[in-house]
Amino acid sequence: MKAPVSWIRELVDLPESVTTEMLTDRLTALGLKLEAVDSADITGPLVVGRVLTQDKEPQKNGKVINWCTVDVGDANGTGEPQGIICGAHNFGPGDLVVVVLPGAVLPGGFEISARKTYGHVSAGMICSARELGIGEDHDGIIVLPPDAGQPGDDVFALLGLDDEVIEFEINPDRAYALSLRGVAREAALGFDVPFADPAERELPAVDGKAWEVVVDDPVGCPVFAARLVSGFDPTAPTPEHIRRRVEQAGMRSISLAVDITNYVMLELGQPIHGYDADKVAGALGVRRARDGEKLTTLDDAVRELSVEDLVITDDSGPIGLAGVMGGATTEMSETTTRILVEAAHWDAVSMFRTGKRHKLTSEAGKRNERGVDPLLPGIAADRVVELLVEHGGATAEPGYTLVGTAPERPAITIATDLPARLSGIDITAMTTVESLRAIGATVTEQDAGTIEVVPPTWRPDINDPYDLVEEVVRIVGYDQVPSVLPRRATGRGLTRTQRLRRRIGRTLAGAGLVEVVSFPFVGEATFDKLGLPADDPLRSTVGLANPLSSEEPAYTTTLLPGLLDAASRNVGRGAPGVALFETGTVAFPADNGPAPIYGVHARPTEAELEKLVEALPVQPQHLAVVLAGERRRAGWWGAGADAGWTDALAVVRRLAADLGVTVEVTSAGRMPWHPGRCALVSIDGVEIGHAGELHPNVCRAYGLPARSAAVELDLDALMAAATEVVPGPAFSTMPLAKEDVALVVDAGVTVAAVEAALREGAGELLESIRLFDVYTGEQIDEGQKSLAFALRFRAPDRTLTEAETGAARDAAVARAAELTGAVQR
Amino acid sequence: MSGPNTDYDPVEVAAVSPAELEAARDAALAAIAAATDLEQLKAVRTDHAGDRSPLALANREIGALPPQARKEAGQRVGQARGAVSKALAARQEVLEAEHEARILVEEAVDVTLPTDELPLGGRHPLTTGAELIADIFVAMGWEVAEGPVIEAEWLNFDALNLGPDHPARTMQDTFWTEPADNHVVLRTHTSPVQARTMLTRTPPIYVVCPGRVFRTDEYDATHSPMFHQVEGLAIDEGISMAHLKGTLDHFASQMFGEGITTRFRPSYFPFTEPSAEVDLVCFVCRGIDSDACRTCRGEGWIEWGGCGIVNPRVLQACGVDSERYSGFAFGMGIDRTLMFRHGLEDLRTLFEGDVRFTTAFGSEL
Repeated sequence: MKAPVSWIRELVDLPESVTTEMLTDRLTALGLKLEAVDSADITGPLVVGRVLTQDKEPQKNGKVINWCTVDVGDANGTGEPQGIICGAHNFGPGDLVVVVLPGAVLPGGFEISARKTYGHVSAGMICSARELGIGEDHDGIIVLPPDAGQPGDDVFALLGLDDEVIEFEINPDRAYALSLRGVAREAALGFDVPFADPAERELPAVDGKAWEVVVDDPVGCPVFAARLVSGFDPTAPTPEHIRRRVEQAGMRSISLAVDITNYVMLELGQPIHGYDADKVAGALGVRRARDGEKLTTLDDAVRELSVEDLVITDDSGPIGLAGVMGGATTEMSETTTRILVEAAHWDAVSMFRTGKRHKLTSEAGKRNERGVDPLLPGIAADRVVELLVEHGGATAEPGYTLVGTAPERPAITIATDLPARLSGIDITAMTTVESLRAIGATVTEQDAGTIEVVPPTWRPDINDPYDLVEEVVRIVGYDQVPSVLPRRATGRGLTRTQRLRRRIGRTLAGAGLVEVVSFPFVGEATFDKLGLPADDPLRSTVGLANPLSSEEPAYTTTLLPGLLDAASRNVGRGAPGVALFETGTVAFPADNGPAPIYGVHARPTEAELEKLVEALPVQPQHLAVVLAGERRRAGWWGAGADAGWTDALAVVRRLAADLGVTVEVTSAGRMPWHPGRCALVSIDGVEIGHAGELHPNVCRAYGLPARSAAVELDLDALMAAATEVVPGPAFSTMPLAKEDVALVVDAGVTVAAVEAALREGAGELLESIRLFDVYTGEQIDEGQKSLAFALRFRAPDRTLTEAETGAARDAAVARAAELTGAVQR
Repeated sequence: MSGPNTDYDPVEVAAVSPAELEAARDAALAAIAAATDLEQLKAVRTDHAGDRSPLALANREIGALPPQARKEAGQRVGQARGAVSKALAARQEVLEAEHEARILVEEAVDVTLPTDELPLGGRHPLTTGAELIADIFVAMGWEVAEGPVIEAEWLNFDALNLGPDHPARTMQDTFWTEPADNHVVLRTHTSPVQARTMLTRTPPIYVVCPGRVFRTDEYDATHSPMFHQVEGLAIDEGISMAHLKGTLDHFASQMFGEGITTRFRPSYFPFTEPSAEVDLVCFVCRGIDSDACRTCRGEGWIEWGGCGIVNPRVLQACGVDSERYSGFAFGMGIDRTLMFRHGLEDLRTLFEGDVRFTTAFGSEL
């Protein structure tokens, strides 16, 4: 909402001492938030000039320019006529024009100086409205009325250039402030000064009908007012002050009749529609549209109407989308002399739905869908008639159609101390009553500290006691709210899951991984890039009905795409290697049907809530890691090492160790991993994810170094398995006995199998076992490998003898031979 | 004072003569003093204290002396050997110390050599920022509540007094999941977590809800379809706007420094009534000489978030007795808060995953 300060001041008797800044500060404090203050972007001498001479000089290019001398009084310091070149032709000697003199700066930083052009020195400029930023008219320069002033007079005030326009951000609950009436009312409230309500008018008594009007839907249209004028002069220009105000408010000046309806809407907040009465056939009707009906609106769009749309009809059918936009067939034109003026009160919800359905936002719709004062229709129509008569030479026809009456507002009962209790400010009952009266409410005092409040008609947003509290508190001042810490919070700290999540993040960061936050949007192309087969369950996504990009119309089922993109970005920016991790939500469709919508007047039952939750997608938390390129840097100490499958598994094992989780690892082929270098990670036999080297195609697709590696785990499952209370470890301080064994096995036998067999065979004396070498080559047969294990034995209570250690080692080797075919070298 | 020596051998006795002993001792001491390194001292030890050294020989001769002479000779030889041995030990210590010192000098390295073999990790400031905020509230006895990002329409809107035709629904451009009549959305705020908390717990309730939210905003330097919010909810007997102000003032000063307080301006949110915008004293200029301040652009205040007294309609939908309890709620963007706090120019740096950005913040904020 844009409100010129001059217009506000016309309606409120603000003291001269109140600056625009004071005004906006006060209004912001009351809830009308300042967005911007526009003022003419002009400095320097801008004065009235009288054209003395005008010599038309044809140029080689065919143009004719005017070499003028202009009397600018003493404004140029000499009193001599000013020589100015002007290209416009809509003026002549004797006319009063607007002259900008050298030294001035016009909008856009355009500095005026005397300069040589067309063989003359042009000392200034004769201005058009557009050059001054006060209108779009560029066809000619501004010619002032003969009585506008004397040469040399300052024209800032004359052209309204000294007027500032305040732009407010109006919240949905303050629809009344989408009018000067509303803004001025708040200003009056803010400075405690009288307010001249422009809606207070003596209305003519209803004297016959202005037009036959049949309202079929009194719920959609509780009040409909119509007036008629005839003899209107369609060529009459819009008076300067109306044109300027309409434009200051950000609307275009179109014609006198249209400008007047817009002007009154700005003034009062009531949208008004004017019909060319000669184009309206028969009675006006108000009803819902019928299936299949169409309407061409004023913006020349053909609209298919819905049975929920409210329309205005005549004998030809719909002629307007009620409250939102008029129709083309009855539009006022340059030949219109009889104007039918409509001002109606509409059901806000219906307006909102129609606007949304037709993707139509109009100044009228914006006000109607937020709620307008239902007492305004007759008043606004009368005001329009008044202006059409005054400025368009029209005659008001005596009839006045008024169908329906404003709905009654129920009274709200409120305890007088509620504002004090909810605000924490010491607000007395008297202040409560006075504040509510100040906003226009009718307050009736009841017994025992309660009052009955009927909100003013222009405040459809006020329906609850808490709504009244806000009104009282904003008038008392939000800045009066004291600062007091609540003292009764007795929480139990972070949950275990919350603590585990932090711990996992720290562990991964400690392992040299960098956390990433990426968008969860994916599409088929994303999964193709990962090389997922057509039937991969990860392709079954939760789709978005209105994605930002049609390429990524779904919520992701895997965190890898985001991480791979980030890795690729880092590599593209020159990083020799990158190690990233992310934790976040992935989603899988639940396919349990739609989520129910419940009422809001009572809590849903447990069963209902359960149904709500079941309808939601399954949303586990995942953890993913991508390691690409240099993992350990080369340097003066020696060679570095690139990331590979081992780094991926190392991350998994480090995390598992930190959480006290035992993970099992088995070989598995799964895209996007390398089929022979991918590990399935499980806990107690339940799969929780994969780790390993990425498939070469995936590395190529993302532009990542070969052998880049990745991990993706179900974080919820990992956290659930974390040891809750670590049992204190018992360990022996007896001497350690070392035995190393080298075992030859078939190449296909896994280290895990051999190790498990050794462990099993070694028995209780075994303290630890660790593979320290793998050998393939000349000294053993092809298709075999040699695994060297360090076995460490210790007894809880004694020093082990060589015989005991040897026996345990032999038992271990024997078991390995039995289970894996291992042969000791 | 020597007694008679029946086996007296004048040749051998000469070796234990006081003069010879003194000469041998002095020669040994001189050699010890002259040794300049451990190698030399080792040779000196062999020559002057070894088995073939004059003092060792003299010692061996004592046994040859007549009994009455042995004691005195023994004393003299012992003293001489003691002196040599002590000098050797002392010299050994000195030379060892010198040696050690020299090695330490020789082993000096260029400590400016790089040591960055292992890469640096780091946690994302959005994570650590949310943790910092959570910790501020946990320290006040609040708890941290969480909920799903893909949420039921009823919880995201209806339960929060945003009915199907509420104009405010158009203020939040919502991602709807398919099919669109499934009534499931990507949550547009973390408020459904508040609703869930009220639906599942009984007051008093003091929770903060940090989390990821979505709106169909085009991605640019200040907008993102995904961003992060933290909301707070307190439901208790006698809760007022004063408690809200106190809590936010505390939060602001913990987050931005002592003396950073908040201001309320009337506003509108369907889930609160009365509602307020929260502004923060500009933590750069602190409202003093703001005109030149780039952070607040001369305002002295920074828009931080929204808040208010929980609308009783919300309490009703969530099963809280609105006659007995009142509550306050607030919400602000974590991304935005971090942008102020750390002077970030472009929101997109948070989501690009450039490791240079994240590692700058380390693993705690």
